Amino acid sequence: MQQRLRMELTGTQIALWLIGGGLLAMVLIGSVRTLAVGKYTSKQWLDFIVFGLAQGGIYALIALGYTMVYGILGMINFAHGEIFMSGPMIGYFFAIRMARSGFVDRQPILSLLIVLAVAMITSTTIAVLLERVAYRPLRGAPRLVPLITAIGASFFLQYLFRGLFGADVKVYPDWDILSGKVPILGVQILKTQLVVIIAAVLLMAGLYTFIQRTKMGKAVRAVAEDRAAAALMGIDVDRTIAVSFALGGLMAGAGGLLYALLFKQVFFLMGFVPGIKAFTAAVLGGIGNVPGAMLGGMFLGIFESIGPNLFLDGLGIPAPYQLKDVIAFTMLVMVLIFRPTGILGERLATKRA
Amino acid sequence: MLEVQNLHTYYGNIHALRGISLTVDEGEIVTLIGANGAGKTTTLNTISGLLKPREGRVLLEGEEITDLPPHEIVKRGVVQAPEGRRIFARMTVMENLEIAAYTRTDKEGIRLDMERVFDLFPRLAERRNQLGGTLSGGEQQMLAIGRALMGKPRVLLLDEPSMGLAPLLVEEIFETIQQLNSEEGVTILLVEQNALMALSVAHRGYVLETGEVVLEGSAKELRENPDVRRAYLGGI
Repeated sequence: MQQRLRMELTGTQIALWLIGGGLLAMVLIGSVRTLAVGKYTSKQWLDFIVFGLAQGGIYALIALGYTMVYGILGMINFAHGEIFMSGPMIGYFFAIRMARSGFVDRQPILSLLIVLAVAMITSTTIAVLLERVAYRPLRGAPRLVPLITAIGASFFLQYLFRGLFGADVKVYPDWDILSGKVPILGVQILKTQLVVIIAAVLLMAGLYTFIQRTKMGKAVRAVAEDRAAAALMGIDVDRTIAVSFALGGLMAGAGGLLYALLFKQVFFLMGFVPGIKAFTAAVLGGIGNVPGAMLGGMFLGIFESIGPNLFLDGLGIPAPYQLKDVIAFTMLVMVLIFRPTGILGERLATKRA
Repeated sequence: MLEVQNLHTYYGNIHALRGISLTVDEGEIVTLIGANGAGKTTTLNTISGLLKPREGRVLLEGEEITDLPPHEIVKRGVVQAPEGRRIFARMTVMENLEIAAYTRTDKEGIRLDMERVFDLFPRLAERRNQLGGTLSGGEQQMLAIGRALMGKPRVLLLDEPSMGLAPLLVEEIFETIQQLNSEEGVTILLVEQNALMALSVAHRGYVLETGEVVLEGSAKELRENPDVRRAYLGGI
């Protein structure tokens, strides 16, 4: 019996390794053939990478919220995509007013900062309210309960925003300072993408410093590691959990505005796909791990941006970019099979043990 | 100083504490001894506010603290070094100590207290930038006590400080406990399985059995009590 079990186990494992190996071979063959054909110039590849970094920066900002909440509560906040959506949705109304009054043209930087602040404050408020109203009363309930609540909260927020602001796609105004390209080391880079990358990196550096250096950041880490011990050290656990939601909200709101600058449009369902992608990024980096979420987000962004063209073009698949989500989620499944703790995830394994 | 009256604490439907009452006077070391599952840790956690009793009260200098959240109880000076040490493994020794002073705002006092901890445990000073998880068991216990001291305790609750330590280290830790009490006047409520060690440093003690106090007295009386000797001291 035991021997049979062992054989079955290895059988499953062999099948998994075959699938993994097959995918890897496909990726390799596809990449080699794509590069051999030389359909894309190195300049185009660079464009893909820069776009991937911009997109990845946004994923990373969202992923931080998933990972911090998971780190503290062991719960996936499925409404986090809607927290991300709420910021740029409310920000839109400020942006459009300021554009119509000509304020955007007179004070481009100030107006941009105002919209950013509005987006961050909105998302943070929603995140903290959600924690207070929907999750805190369920603390101590079985893990499935807050998860279902999170999914409910996600729908609630989506349709609340649809009800309040309509289902139409809202187009963000243009900032003249963000249009056009800048040469960097002899390469022309879209200004919007550059601004998105720089802003994302600065925000992440800020968050990381906050968590590492400040008293409150240390409290967040302590509560994530051992809630009861943190309480015995005099840390107000409920307040610290609210702080971690707030930090996630700040990052998601900023990420939402960057998303609006990059793609120019917002609507009530916009949080869904980026939310799931960012969750993927968080798992990829090792959920519960802050640098992991940053790394996972950036990695996923680049992977998604160069992956379709690099891996699939050479295999003769038409319109490979349509398949970018297939690539992203295939990678999620592969990570879950072969390295369930994610890139930086060893710590999770030791924590569980 | 600390008074516990008729505590009844439950885990779900399990009646873990069945009317525990005890007092700790200022400057004393009082020990709770008893077998596994007698309710020693439950008593400490109820005092610390991690568990809420269904009945009974906890008083600190006559003021009721039963319904306060744990961090408020720490702020009032009842600080626990929990069982199993519970060091923050991914934070450095310094960070562990800093976080333990979370309720305090007196920067100078915090700095002095940290120096005092490092004087008390020079080994921690050497390892101040090391991650908590890389310390040995003995060092972790020193850090756990150090952390509790950073909370400026008026009453220090120590849960199984000897657990998992080599005999030599146990003696060292208990010497420190005695020193804290006699030189710095820290009031201590000590939970121990090592009853012999506990009764050698304590002034008074309570013997717990299945959630009840079955015996109390001075440490000397308990050491000489034949029942205690048979059950907890491994003697005749």
